[in-house]
Amino acid sequence: MIYLDFEKDIKELDVKIEELSALKETPVRKGKIAKLVAKRDEELEKLYSNLSSWDRVQVARHAKRPHTLDYINGMIDGFIELSGDRAFSNDDAIIGGIGYLGDTAVMVIGQEKGRDTESRIKHNFGMPKPEGYRKAIRLMKLADKFSLPVIFLVDTAGAFPGADAEARGQAEAIARSIQECLDIEVPSVCVVIGEGGSGGAIAIAVANTVFMLENSVYSVISPEGCASILWRSQEHKEEATKALKMTADDLLDLGIIDNIIKEPVGGAHRNKEETISNVKEALKDEIKKLSKLSKKQVREKRILKFENMTRK
Amino acid sequence: MVNWIKDIIRPKIKTMFSKIKDVPENMWVPCPKCSTLMYRKDLHNHLNVCPKCDYHLFLQVGDRFDSLFDDGKYTLVDLPKVKDDPINFKDLKKYKDRLETYRAKTKSQDAIAVASGKIGKNEAVVCAFNFEFMGGSMGTFVGEAILKGAELAVKKNAAFIVIPASGGARMQESVLSLMQMARTTVAVNKVREAGLPYIVVFANPTLGGVSASFAMLGDIHIAEKGAVIGFAGKRVIEQTIKQKLPPEFQTAEYLKDQGMVDIVVHRKDLKDTLSNLLKMLMHNK
Repeated sequence: MIYLDFEKDIKELDVKIEELSALKETPVRKGKIAKLVAKRDEELEKLYSNLSSWDRVQVARHAKRPHTLDYINGMIDGFIELSGDRAFSNDDAIIGGIGYLGDTAVMVIGQEKGRDTESRIKHNFGMPKPEGYRKAIRLMKLADKFSLPVIFLVDTAGAFPGADAEARGQAEAIARSIQECLDIEVPSVCVVIGEGGSGGAIAIAVANTVFMLENSVYSVISPEGCASILWRSQEHKEEATKALKMTADDLLDLGIIDNIIKEPVGGAHRNKEETISNVKEALKDEIKKLSKLSKKQVREKRILKFENMTRK
Repeated sequence: MVNWIKDIIRPKIKTMFSKIKDVPENMWVPCPKCSTLMYRKDLHNHLNVCPKCDYHLFLQVGDRFDSLFDDGKYTLVDLPKVKDDPINFKDLKKYKDRLETYRAKTKSQDAIAVASGKIGKNEAVVCAFNFEFMGGSMGTFVGEAILKGAELAVKKNAAFIVIPASGGARMQESVLSLMQMARTTVAVNKVREAGLPYIVVFANPTLGGVSASFAMLGDIHIAEKGAVIGFAGKRVIEQTIKQKLPPEFQTAEYLKDQGMVDIVVHRKDLKDTLSNLLKMLMHNK
């Protein structure tokens, strides 16, 4: 378990529980452990029902938080990964493919950050390059052609700010991806599962329905970036986080997202299975609802939703 | 049509913009590139292009419209009102105060103005960014303005031209600014569906959320000489790759070489280029 700064008390309790559990089991010890577990759970619930927005940023970025590949493994049956943009290369920062969500065949497109050093490098820390967005566009067109609902999983610090990405048209790739999101005539549902970092995120977040996980964040710029520009120092990142209104609650209030998907007590990383199951149920319900609309309706509804957004 | 309206409105606009031009302490302006001192009036007569090195300085939106529309005649489009400071943003300064300061300084409501008229006898609606207003950043006002401009172009069966000069999305409206990337794409899709030309004229600079949305979706991309165009800022990229980038990186000329821009023009040729293009694009319609 990796503990965040604000989880010190939880860590202490966990250590005690672990120490006692390592010893020979006796009825007294068993009782003690049960008490400590109850106390820890209570503390955790208290702590997580009162997170600051900066705490949430840290939870959203937690190294053990479920990633796109975890969701694919946990909720999509018979997944077949599809690769490449047919023009330059395959970008593993965006994973795409088809599979079954329950008994519906769907297209899944999501950003993957990687877990350890090797996989993080493979997935470029979840920062897509133009070829990643062009793969996403290709897969959206494929989904459209074969009437497959599209699931977008957003988890990126942002599009990759490298010289090669610029040279191949990062801006154009993102713009076309947004355009494709608006154009498709199949239902689309997006879940911000971790970090929704700016243009790199919205490129695959223009969907009929947009959900956020309870402790995910979504913003125009990272708190660090905002602090260093507007406060001229990254030290002000906590103030910047607050000012940017980037938590799921904030975005629901602002009318940007449609709903919040609950996380288990103590955050998604403490219970991957439950988190993935919550996301799966939300997706199934939503796709079922959207599938009642005609192709034309599904597209028009999406366009109108974004056209009217930020107007109230 | 109702030319008298245009004639009445136009002189007013003229005075509005000329106030900024006539500041005496700015009689001499150094070229940001070659440092040549230029007499402000001469610079203005050269459409704010350095006569020595061709560096294109920012051209105020009023001058921009004057230089593009036939006989300098156009109608400014009323833009929808939006809520100031929708998320109550405060950094070292309140966003509300920043808005006030910029409004006083630039005499414009926000970072964009929209006008309609004729360019080479072709009906056109032009959205021009005001870089001097918070770096031309895109928030809800800019998003609404582009939607309004696109709808007007469709209504008038006119070409739609956008001239971005922007550092990107406006941080002070956070995710609401980010959503303008989707909304402005909705706007240009309306023009596309009406089968009308949508031309982007990249002015210096066009970056971030602006370049990564409507600006990169033109039927034709024209860039002013030397304009910086990209997604990430140069410094951020240099920090990422830990290398110095060459001076031509992200310039209009570089983007043309990379296949992202059709034409690089000198500002003095922009009106003719646009007129000719529009004429041909609409020739068989």
